[in-house]
Amino acid sequence: MKTFDYQRADTIEAATHANGRFIAGGTNLLDLMKLQVETPERLVDISRLDLNGIEEREDGGLSIGALVPNSDLAADPRVVEKYEVLSRALLAGASGQLRNKASTGGNLLQRTRCYYFYDTASRCNKRAPGSGCDAIGGFNRILAVLGTSEQCIATHPSDMAVAMRALDATIVTQKADGDKRRISIHDFYRLPGDTPQIETVLDAGELITHVELPAPPAGKQVYRKVRDRASYAFALVSVAGVIEVKDGVVASAALAFGGLGPMPWRNPAVEAAIVGRAPSTEAFEAAADALLADAKGYGSNDFKIPLARRTLIATLRDLTA
Amino acid sequence: MSIIGKLFGSDDTNALVMDEPRPTSFLDGAQDVIGKPINRVEGPLKVAGRAPYAAEYPAERLVYGVLVRATFGRGKLTKVDDTAARALPGVIDVITDYDTFIRSPGQGGATDAPPQGVQDVQYFGEPIAVVVGETFEAARDGAAAVRLEYEEADANFVFAAHKDQGKEPKKDQIPGHSKQGNFEKAFNDAPVQLDVTYTTPSQNSTAMEPHASIAEWRDGTLILHGAYQMVASDQQQLAKALGVSADKVRIIARYVGGGFGSKLGIAPESVAAAVAAKKLGRPVKIVLARQQVYEATVRRSNTEQRIRLGTDANGKIDALSHNSLIANTPYEQYWEPVGVGTHFIYGGENREVNHDLIPMNLTAAGSMRAPGEAVGMMGLECAMDELAEKLGLDPIELRRRNEPAQEPEKQIPFSSRQMIPALEQGAQLFGWSQRKKAGTDRRGEWLYGMGVAAAVRSNQLQKSAAKVTLTTDGRAIVDTDMTDIGTGTYTILAQITAETLGLPLDKVVVHLGDGKAPASSGSGGSWGAGSSGSSVYLACEGIRERLAKSMGVSVEEMTLKDGRAIAQNRAVPVTELIEENLSVTGQIEPGKQEKKFHQASYGAHFCAVKVNAVTGEVRVERMLGVFSAGRILNEKTARSQCLGGMTFGIGAALTEELIHDERSGKVVNRDMAEYHVPVNADVPQLEVHFLSERDIHANPIHAKGIGELGISGAGAAVANAIYNATGVRVRDFPITCDKIIEQLPFDA
Repeated sequence: MKTFDYQRADTIEAATHANGRFIAGGTNLLDLMKLQVETPERLVDISRLDLNGIEEREDGGLSIGALVPNSDLAADPRVVEKYEVLSRALLAGASGQLRNKASTGGNLLQRTRCYYFYDTASRCNKRAPGSGCDAIGGFNRILAVLGTSEQCIATHPSDMAVAMRALDATIVTQKADGDKRRISIHDFYRLPGDTPQIETVLDAGELITHVELPAPPAGKQVYRKVRDRASYAFALVSVAGVIEVKDGVVASAALAFGGLGPMPWRNPAVEAAIVGRAPSTEAFEAAADALLADAKGYGSNDFKIPLARRTLIATLRDLTA
Repeated sequence: MSIIGKLFGSDDTNALVMDEPRPTSFLDGAQDVIGKPINRVEGPLKVAGRAPYAAEYPAERLVYGVLVRATFGRGKLTKVDDTAARALPGVIDVITDYDTFIRSPGQGGATDAPPQGVQDVQYFGEPIAVVVGETFEAARDGAAAVRLEYEEADANFVFAAHKDQGKEPKKDQIPGHSKQGNFEKAFNDAPVQLDVTYTTPSQNSTAMEPHASIAEWRDGTLILHGAYQMVASDQQQLAKALGVSADKVRIIARYVGGGFGSKLGIAPESVAAAVAAKKLGRPVKIVLARQQVYEATVRRSNTEQRIRLGTDANGKIDALSHNSLIANTPYEQYWEPVGVGTHFIYGGENREVNHDLIPMNLTAAGSMRAPGEAVGMMGLECAMDELAEKLGLDPIELRRRNEPAQEPEKQIPFSSRQMIPALEQGAQLFGWSQRKKAGTDRRGEWLYGMGVAAAVRSNQLQKSAAKVTLTTDGRAIVDTDMTDIGTGTYTILAQITAETLGLPLDKVVVHLGDGKAPASSGSGGSWGAGSSGSSVYLACEGIRERLAKSMGVSVEEMTLKDGRAIAQNRAVPVTELIEENLSVTGQIEPGKQEKKFHQASYGAHFCAVKVNAVTGEVRVERMLGVFSAGRILNEKTARSQCLGGMTFGIGAALTEELIHDERSGKVVNRDMAEYHVPVNADVPQLEVHFLSERDIHANPIHAKGIGELGISGAGAAVANAIYNATGVRVRDFPITCDKIIEQLPFDA
């Protein structure tokens, strides 16, 4: 861990003006700092800001403070009842201890679990831009098959963010100049391209203050996570699904995926393949085809492509049963 | 009892070489504490944080060391550039001592220094220097700031590409190669043949406590608080590595947070801490980071096992071959004895058990829980399951038909053997008769199945000594350099003492892990309880002899209970029979018994799994083990050993795999997030049963090793259950979901 300055922010304004890395739960950042994967010069502790509430919004949705711990969010009765996919995704992640500490805003900004990102003796364009990517041509079991580039094949590790992507969440931020932004989660993350070190559209000093969920969606919700052990493992493939079937036809569908791409993945073509159709194996297979049309395996993660197909089809069967 | 009289070597020593059986034991005594499920005597200290582990001893002027790793897989270091490291605040020194530093941990029981000369780097992550700081953080930053210059050399990183380079290793516990009869002919002539190859990956013990040392020189003597399993031989390894005489090194390891073989020998941090402490004149603490534990201690070697079984039409084995390829770093002699259980588990006239060792530039291979059986029994017991399927026989019946009347190679009797009773009792308790035909029990997305496997583990007795002192205030104090690595040694030694001397348990004090105390077997190879327990028992036996003499009665007529000696209608407090503290040293040594009788512990594992037909995910639903291991000294700690072994088996079957990058040999998954030991959610309720047994041939306490029995065959039972559930046979461990769905069609 490199020496760093530490500053506690008492207001959102102070935080955004502090010119440092925000720290809330620290469940990811501190580990990375110990390994010198992250070497911030200044930490700005936002954990005392008043961003702990979950409020109902006029449109029937929820506004979730950026500091709400994952365990509190998962257990909130409104979330459990109306946003089941989110509650289930949260509980599928990490461990009880980590969820007690991890914040909503921090969870969105988790760094990848790529083995090579974690080891400073490896080449990694995300950690050290321009150094190369040892994951390509190396061991990449947990890495991405969608949205990759020649520079980076990292996956985004969050479960929560996958559910939020299916729920069309909006991320509310405040910048140093006081401007507030409302960013759709669909526009929040960036593909790696040639700059895998830049993962979101956030500007320097821009603080996530809230995450808003629209009014609860109609239909059935499910979060299905496939992993290498029953708990405390990142998703090989996960599916967050919300589907409404009316009069024997899929009226609406929202499907997001974890473990496959550099961001919580969502592709409108997947939903288009089933909306307006009666649930059927053919429709489900068309959805899987749409999801995986551009999938590319890198050797040890090739299996994710058939695994994603099977998992999606089984999830669609559940959601439409 | 005349036999006791003969045993006294001198006035204060009771030594026994195990040349004859020992039919009676004072452990069948009046105090009635032996065998009882007594809580760990040191448990309250541990949960209150008052049981100091190696890294937790205070020391004045203590400084902190962090090891620097080689960041290349093979070659020669030309320069360690420490300029930037030395410039960091709080960094005291950067110490390189290529000739003295050890490359990898010492092997269990070795008394020579482990391979030194770290300038000639043999694997990625080899520790080559230590940065010492006033704080741990300063030292860690310093280690990250060291720059290396090196010339890379040709290397073997890919096991599959060097399979032709295997060589027969030197005889160890078993010979590298062994043959009996004519296997090839018998196999070719056999009406039923099975020829399968199983592979198991590299693994790491992942003990909770990382390897750690605090080194301090006092008047020319090194005091090292270390996390080690075998204090006596580790002192010798350390002395040799440092070039000092053995009496100048004292290792103290009172509490050890798990070892599983990874702490049998000294690890690189001990030598580095000792060198740094000497140079700086201050105590130095080095605790390995988890990443370093994975990278620079020892792994269990990966294996490739070809198993061929030839039987008659009834399933009786006539030809048996178990040939294994294994690996280790160049210059390392240790090899995984994959076929150790294969030598004696089944009959068959024509047999071969061969091992070939491939030099690889990877983290050194060493002992990990049940070296040999843990992986060998996964291969063999899965092959037996395949054979049963092929013959249309129940797997238990197949084993019954191949149960040997005596050890099939040495042709000597078994000291005791209850493998078939364990299988039969387990079958009944588990509900084995409910097992269905493979791949036929589907409920929704889930496929259900059951599997069975036998467990065997060779029993070993090692030379071990302990001193027991009966004090004038009625307590017994046990001193030995034996260790408790979480296994329950403190408790069983207290129970043995209390039972043999007729004392309440709270009157017994056990001191362990100090290299100044009588040298013990240490903890390893499941021999700790039998060996160190026998030494304590013999010391107590000597005390009994003296008490009887003092009372004027024979040993046979005296009963010891609750601190009193009872004989001839007299009951005398034992404190009245001694004028001063009475000490006797007990010592056990292996003898002819191990040549006259084949000694092993036995058991059976039963497992029920469900496998998701969509994703291939496996969930273990139930697991049950039945074990026989001689006298059970403490039902609770013995059970815990079996539970731990079975849990290791689940990990070996399903999740654990230490992965090396094939381009550099670097360990890819170096933390507990990515090296997957089973978590609670992976482990269902496990059931353990013991068969009653006394092994009078093994040692005077009639107990055999149990620490490694629980893992033997456990993974095979899981794998066989997966086959029964799915009809899919995966021969490459661990059985992750991708390997199952590859063979399991998806009915969209």
